[in-house]
Amino acid sequence: MSKQNDDDSDGVTINRRGLLKCMAWAGTGVVWTLAGGIPRPFNLMDTAAAASGFSFVQISDSHIGFDKPANPNVTGTLQEAIAKVNALPMRPAFMIHTGDITHLAKPEQFDNADQIIRGANLPVHYVPGEHDVLDDDGKGYLERYGKGTTGLGWYSFDEAGVHFIGLINVMNFKAGGLGNLGQEQIAWLEKDVKGLSASTPIVIFAHMPLWTIYPEWGWGTGDAAQALSYVKRFGSVTVLNGHIHQIVQKVEGNITFQTARSTAYPQPEAGKAKAPGPLTVPADQLKQMLGLRAVNYEEGTHPLSISDTMLANS
Amino acid sequence: MLSMQIDRGLLQGAQFSPRLHRRTLMAAAFVALSFAGILWPGNSQAQAAPKTIEISNFSFAPAALTVPVGTTVTWVNDDDEPHTVVESNTLFKSHALDTGDKFSFTFTTPGKFQYFCTIHAHMVGTIVVEAGQQSQ
Repeated sequence: MSKQNDDDSDGVTINRRGLLKCMAWAGTGVVWTLAGGIPRPFNLMDTAAAASGFSFVQISDSHIGFDKPANPNVTGTLQEAIAKVNALPMRPAFMIHTGDITHLAKPEQFDNADQIIRGANLPVHYVPGEHDVLDDDGKGYLERYGKGTTGLGWYSFDEAGVHFIGLINVMNFKAGGLGNLGQEQIAWLEKDVKGLSASTPIVIFAHMPLWTIYPEWGWGTGDAAQALSYVKRFGSVTVLNGHIHQIVQKVEGNITFQTARSTAYPQPEAGKAKAPGPLTVPADQLKQMLGLRAVNYEEGTHPLSISDTMLANS
Repeated sequence: MLSMQIDRGLLQGAQFSPRLHRRTLMAAAFVALSFAGILWPGNSQAQAAPKTIEISNFSFAPAALTVPVGTTVTWVNDDDEPHTVVESNTLFKSHALDTGDKFSFTFTTPGKFQYFCTIHAHMVGTIVVEAGQQSQ
């Protein structure tokens, strides 16, 4: 159901020269602007506009505690990601972490993650990944991050006119199923957005993709369609997920879906390996597959511009 | 639970013999009850060989397994990713198994048991436990 954007006469269309420039830039990161719902790349340094808007950062899948060959130093790469956040030309208002903060939900792993992420000196809004709620139904996670949340930890907040919604889709799995939001959360979401004007930009973030990317590997959320039916009326909806440790995008109507890179280790592309586990790549390639994301929003303009940056230096 | 199954078996066996007096039957049951706890461990080892299920590449191998009652099944995680082994009605529930970790469960009742990994719900397996193997 991806909608093609025909409105290419608005002066934002990328030309051949711009495209080449963008490809050159791709050594350090690619910026996506969402014009008319279709993400289009441009150079972060060219966008003077980005310096005046509101921005936030998404980090994901830090897997603190992981020590296998795919990346024996996940604390080091998280530290590098935080250093990149601190080096951004524009100071973000806050960070979101889209889950799998830890690898095994151990208290010391949460502690280590906290200590490193605190280095950005920014407020952080979390949602858990399945690794953060392993053995205790999320109790340990909620004790740390659940203040002011509802149900299993979902919540919403407003910043600079944008309505942010953090959803939990990593609990109460059924055998053979996908990620799960559950009726209680979906009912909450329906109420949460009910009074909002359709012109309010919506950003939804959750760990597992809120659209089905590859069910054979569980990459999707079984009841996401019902949840998203309540935000279809909004002019701009951006869905930010993690879980699959790589960037995958999709546009459906006014809803743009984006998964993010991990700060810890890459995973194979859908179906291109026996299993979706940690992917070991040559050491010099690892940091090209890890990264973080900056999202800029300027009041009065619908599109949010999204900038994915690799940990690798140019 | 284990001794109860043995006792039931002995009582049923006894009922097929019309010459057995009720009192004798009761006595037999009492003796069986007394010794079942002691006899059972040796018997189970002799009659139901333990089975291992490997967890690798986000799947259970074998994904379907048929065993006699009394079998102890051990799951071993060979992945660089944690997994759990949880029966759909939580008859058994492992902790998160990191690389190399094991989880064992002894099946004492016949039936078909579906289990899955609660971290990666697409990982599903079944154990069919068959009755009547103990008397062989």
